Amino acid sequence: MSALSAMLERGEISSVELIQCFLDRIDRSQELNAFITVDAEGALTQAQSADRSRANGHAGALTGLPIAHKDIFCSRGLKTTCGSRMLEDFVSPYDATVVERLADTGTVLVGKTNMDEFAMGSSTETSWFGPARNPWSRSRVAGGSSGGSAAAVAARLVPVATGTDTGGSIRQPAAFCGLTGLKPSYGRVSRYGMIAYASSLDQGGPIAQSAEDAALLLQAMAGFDPRDATSLDKEVPDYTSALKQPVAGLTIGLPKEFFDSSVDESVRYASHAALAEFEKLGARLTDISLPNSAAGIPCFYVIAPAEASSNLSRFDGVRYGYRTESYRDLNEMYEKTRAEGFGIEVKRRIMIGTFALSAGYYDAYYRKAQQIRQIIADDFREAFRHCDYIAGPTSPTTAFALGEKTNDPVSMYLSDIFTITANLAGIPAISIPVGFDNTGLPIGLQLTGQSFDEPGLLKLAHRYQQVTDWHRHLPKDFS
Amino acid sequence: MPWESVIGLEVHVQLRTDSKIFSGASTAFGAKPNVQACEVDIALPGVLPVMNRTAALMAVRFGLATGATVNRISVFARKNYFYPDLPKGYQISQYELPIVAGGQIEINTDDCRKKIGITRAHLEEDAGKLLHQEFEGRSGIDLNRAGIPLLEVVSEPDLRSPAEAVAYLKKLHTLVRYLEICDGNMQEGSFRCDANVSVRPAGETGLGTRCELKNLNSFRFIEKGLQFEIKRQIQLIEDGGQVAQETRLYDPDADLTRPMRGKEEAHDYRYFPDPDLPPLVVDDELLAAARSALPELPDARCHRFSSTYQVSQKDAELLTSDRELADYFEQTAAACGDSRSAANWITGEWMGCLNRDGLRFEESRVTPQMLGDLIAKINDNSISGKIAKEVFDGMWNGEGNASEIIAARNLEQITDADEIERAIDHVIDNCAEQVMQYRSGQEKVFGFLVGQVMQATGGKANPKMVNKILRNKLSGKRHN
Repeated sequence: MSALSAMLERGEISSVELIQCFLDRIDRSQELNAFITVDAEGALTQAQSADRSRANGHAGALTGLPIAHKDIFCSRGLKTTCGSRMLEDFVSPYDATVVERLADTGTVLVGKTNMDEFAMGSSTETSWFGPARNPWSRSRVAGGSSGGSAAAVAARLVPVATGTDTGGSIRQPAAFCGLTGLKPSYGRVSRYGMIAYASSLDQGGPIAQSAEDAALLLQAMAGFDPRDATSLDKEVPDYTSALKQPVAGLTIGLPKEFFDSSVDESVRYASHAALAEFEKLGARLTDISLPNSAAGIPCFYVIAPAEASSNLSRFDGVRYGYRTESYRDLNEMYEKTRAEGFGIEVKRRIMIGTFALSAGYYDAYYRKAQQIRQIIADDFREAFRHCDYIAGPTSPTTAFALGEKTNDPVSMYLSDIFTITANLAGIPAISIPVGFDNTGLPIGLQLTGQSFDEPGLLKLAHRYQQVTDWHRHLPKDFS
Repeated sequence: MPWESVIGLEVHVQLRTDSKIFSGASTAFGAKPNVQACEVDIALPGVLPVMNRTAALMAVRFGLATGATVNRISVFARKNYFYPDLPKGYQISQYELPIVAGGQIEINTDDCRKKIGITRAHLEEDAGKLLHQEFEGRSGIDLNRAGIPLLEVVSEPDLRSPAEAVAYLKKLHTLVRYLEICDGNMQEGSFRCDANVSVRPAGETGLGTRCELKNLNSFRFIEKGLQFEIKRQIQLIEDGGQVAQETRLYDPDADLTRPMRGKEEAHDYRYFPDPDLPPLVVDDELLAAARSALPELPDARCHRFSSTYQVSQKDAELLTSDRELADYFEQTAAACGDSRSAANWITGEWMGCLNRDGLRFEESRVTPQMLGDLIAKINDNSISGKIAKEVFDGMWNGEGNASEIIAARNLEQITDADEIERAIDHVIDNCAEQVMQYRSGQEKVFGFLVGQVMQATGGKANPKMVNKILRNKLSGKRHN
């Protein structure tokens, strides 16, 4: 991004030309199904205005650069579908805080990216608009739920995109597509206008080609929002200047639970190789344990569906969104609207969540899951007494084949086994590309830090990217 | 067999905040449908609630005024159900941890004084309204009310009769207006009551099966609805039947209660803590602000009125039943220095006129200063009590203050002895027969003669002076 920004600054190219160039790439890459909506006309208008700002000397680091938002962020005047038939024709009358902030920095919104329906999925296959495809192998998934954003950035259809992460939805697609994806600490980025899946777990964050770009994007996204009571009124550090800090002397903990036999050998190998690089940079590696991390998946699949079952109640066909064609009474209208408007995975989670909150089951499921959540957070607290950061594979495998796991939800859920605990604990985590498997699919390494230590994670990632070039590799059809 | 009724009330007190409990939209009553429903109120995708601290402040004020525990940390929970007037598909309320717990309100009925327990008071948002009349074959939804802050005050089942229930409600109504947390307007739904009622043989301690009564939107309907329902339950049991636990609506036209239409489902609201809202923390600052804003409460004021103003207990209760009324009294008493007359004039003439014209206290054209001046004019003999009523009517009709009306209508009392004596002499000359009767011992003729003097002076002569001078004249003495 800084290279593109420099070109704009030197006047080698205008924002209008740059945007047109990316729009052409998007147009040529429709088979990836990375976008649900492309707003060429709006993008060119914004680019003109960015060029005028620059001419008037009002250009920042992001002015005139293209961006795509995951279609979970409400954007005024544009369709915001959340990957669902329920919102297929919903045009938001307001901007999410993240959308507003990025517009304020002068970025040009070119479109809205594909995603698993209501962010429920790990492959973008639950999207009402069909799955996004992985630019590294079109028969493979791009990951999910922010698969469209990851596919778009990997194919260089946009230099950066936003994503959201409830259990790994930024990090896993970033890993599958060879990108840098950061899930910030809970409360760092406003959730206002970001359609809620699981309110206590959702965070927006950047999907980028490098830690440097991720830092630039996070800088614009982060910060207190009076419209989000869960956002923290805490100063936002300068992420770009943090990149320059040294790695030497830091301790990286390796949880033994993250390197077991469930992890593909190629992924384990690449992870260890990356850790060796960190050692060369002066970091110290140490074995640690997160003994309760196995409880992460069951815990998550009570809390997230419980919150989702309530969050998705507003999609009732009454005020906006899909409504069934014919019905005899109110109850039938509700039932048919929701039966037709939601896909199978969304309905499955609504059912699970409704059950978990029901009278007589609440204590056994929801309350118990909250207790486990606390135990998982305590695990991390304990681990961080012995290390500064925690490292491990982002996902046990590289990108799996389209259709491979759609009939086996539990195996799909296990794709997020290493990412989910950071959401439960509310702490930040980043995925960076650290190699390829023998079929040429990217491998991601996850680094986890303590609350609000995004600067530290970005620094580690950046330092690693200065001595390696995995993040510079391009899928062969998109160079 | 003698029966006893057991009643508990749930009152929804609409808090007088300018904006809604979780959004910035206005709470003003009477706007066109949906113009006061912002993106948060209509529950667009992605919107989030943010707590209005003023609503919390008001709840704390209520807690302090009822001697309750103000929970330093309380939790908002979602109550999940589908209905078109509920945009999110859940209502944000408080469940396991309300902001106010415990507390009491003392009531006074003809039979007794007793303390009624308050189980809890919790914050929640109101729902919208369905409009059925305006649309043929369809229903409209007005979300202006969605998100208006409510304090739900739940009483213990301590009430034993409809009269006690009304006394409790009136006391609560007085209290929330004193605290300036609710406008108390029952027609506009600012103060709404549901009742849980059951009956049991007198002396028993267990509870009978209860019914919930809704649509009790005036003190009168509450009393009548409860009376009907209690009678119905007793009759049912005496006839060998059983009370079914159900929700019933009071129909004021037919004066009866009937089960709510539609299937009575056992709702599972799936309460859980709202993850969008951090726990509500009442910190020292908020507590101090609530405490400092606390006015003198009705009970304390009533006690002060009867002890320092020497007004009767009954008048003191009446005068303190409303904060503005009590203020009006105190200002009037201060203006004339005669609290008893002030109480008499306010509870008599002034409230009579308000009732007659259907006006509220604040709509009175007669200010406390004006009424006080009028009383002062009686007390310094400028006018008689009788003339004062005429002057009051003038003030009520907007003719000006007492002095202006007295001057304009030439109503000033005659206290000049010579002038009165001249009038008396004139009457004595013209009523020789009656004078003779009086002098021969027919005492009652005296009244007639006084009347004649008053008539001759247009009612303005000071009655005391007339009495004295006339008596002296008739007994042959000079008045001086």
